[in-house]
Amino acid sequence: MKIYVCVKHVPDTAANIKIVGENGFDDGGCKFIVNPYDEYAVEQAVQLVEKNGGEVIVVTVGKAAAAGTLRAAMAMGAHRGILVLVESQFLDSRTTARALKAAIEQDGPAELVFTGKGAVDTEGFQTPYRLAAAMNLPVVNEINRMELGEGTVTVGREVGGGARERVEVGLPCVLGATKGLNEPRYPKFPDIMKAKKKPIKEVSLADLGLSSDGAMSELVQLEKVPERSGARMMEGDVRQAVDQLVNILKEEKVI
Amino acid sequence: MATVGILIETEDGAVKDANFGVFTAARGAGDNTLVALMPDGSAESAKEALGQYGANKVVQLSVDGGDPAASPDLMARALAAAIERYSLDALLGLASARGRDMLARLAAFMDLPLASDCISVDLAEKTAVKSHFSGKTFATIKMSAAVMLCTIRPNAIEAQKAPADAAVEQYSAAVDDPGWVKVVQVKKEDAGHVDLTEAAVIVTGGRPIASADNYRILEECARLLGGTIGASRAAVDAGFAPHSMQVGQTGKTVSPHLYIGCGLSGSVQHFAGMKTSKVIVAINTDKDAPIFEKCDYGIIGDLFEVVPVLTEVLKEKL
Repeated sequence: MKIYVCVKHVPDTAANIKIVGENGFDDGGCKFIVNPYDEYAVEQAVQLVEKNGGEVIVVTVGKAAAAGTLRAAMAMGAHRGILVLVESQFLDSRTTARALKAAIEQDGPAELVFTGKGAVDTEGFQTPYRLAAAMNLPVVNEINRMELGEGTVTVGREVGGGARERVEVGLPCVLGATKGLNEPRYPKFPDIMKAKKKPIKEVSLADLGLSSDGAMSELVQLEKVPERSGARMMEGDVRQAVDQLVNILKEEKVI
Repeated sequence: MATVGILIETEDGAVKDANFGVFTAARGAGDNTLVALMPDGSAESAKEALGQYGANKVVQLSVDGGDPAASPDLMARALAAAIERYSLDALLGLASARGRDMLARLAAFMDLPLASDCISVDLAEKTAVKSHFSGKTFATIKMSAAVMLCTIRPNAIEAQKAPADAAVEQYSAAVDDPGWVKVVQVKKEDAGHVDLTEAAVIVTGGRPIASADNYRILEECARLLGGTIGASRAAVDAGFAPHSMQVGQTGKTVSPHLYIGCGLSGSVQHFAGMKTSKVIVAINTDKDAPIFEKCDYGIIGDLFEVVPVLTEVLKEKL
């Protein structure tokens, strides 16, 4: 099976984000990681290929530094990478999806495409859908179970309120992975060394016949979320502290 | 002035309370026309409740000869047809599991801009404010297209009543199912639970909860408050709670009116999922726990001592 996994190079969740100008941030000053949800996608693809044979190709759209995320995915077992180079810190989801589609189709054909359910930097939660629409393929997002059949795949997902859905979808398709699907492996040192030698193909948007013009959504302002300044501590013994808390919560009209 | 559609979500046939905040977001300066779209539940019986929050029209949306509940792509196409038919300038929904999926599907199908999990929207300016970088920053997104789509974080926008005379309409869309995705089974695991992402009150237990059984202590307290229980990643990884209960990164993003964290350290990853809660209370034995630096009210104490007392006091005072 030829499986493509779309990954994103994102700032570490714990990193401090320093805002630059109106709508940028200091990306040279913080640590980046593989988007956490994408790790479930990579793991799933690698497991499928370990079992059934084939190839896992990781694809990303980002700045040159995003090669680091491709290397991390290759250390988990992906065979090679494709990096679509862009200058923008926040490429809109529509252009990103078109770039992923073009890069995959130029390299493909894809028998299966994985993504993470969303990215923790822009929290847009739409690229898997736009990618599928661009490729004219079915999509199911937020899957945490998966069974591969003959020409179809059965996936499970949570739909809120404690309800679970079982969904059947034909191949090829785009599947967005989330926690529960598997346990992503920690690459060992030899895997990390081996990943350094695996090939990465670099292409530009122009090479794919695309440009970032015509974006329908634009990030115009970025601001820090105000932090709470520290808790007001309830005093006295347990009963006194709880009494005081309940009175305050009633005053705040939250209970 | 704009015509704004709202995708209504129901639970066991009843309109979920979380929908009402979406109406408040959709009203804008107050002169927008609001069209509620109901693919499930009964428009007739929801009319009164939705009218209270400003619905001008309540549309019972169906598909000619098809079941949109079994095919999300068919539902997206029905919504696309409704956008045309009612000349909507925007369609808003809840950032719930269903809303998130449906509006993204619709955005991809119609090639429209979408802002996800918004905490405020400005329909006149076509902008929306949403969380970025795991809740550390707010981003303002400007959308430039004839129709904009937004999902609204449940409880993030306080519902305000604005009574209007709601008229019920039937609309059966003539659209085809691409037959791509088939929902073969929906299983409700723990019925009676308030949905975590939409709960107005959440009581969360961290690793010190020590067993799945002990969540009962929190559950009793949460039920009194009309809320539900959550878990930290550490508690889920230790096997004390299912992943569906996890709050934070790789879990759920919630924004209740009241969040009570019991035995939580206060990691960045956890806060990424609950930071926009209105009031955050922490109960922890460690007075130096980082959570006390980032919440509103704190009690230093063992959750096994404090929570039962809290439950008792609530029984007396509510």
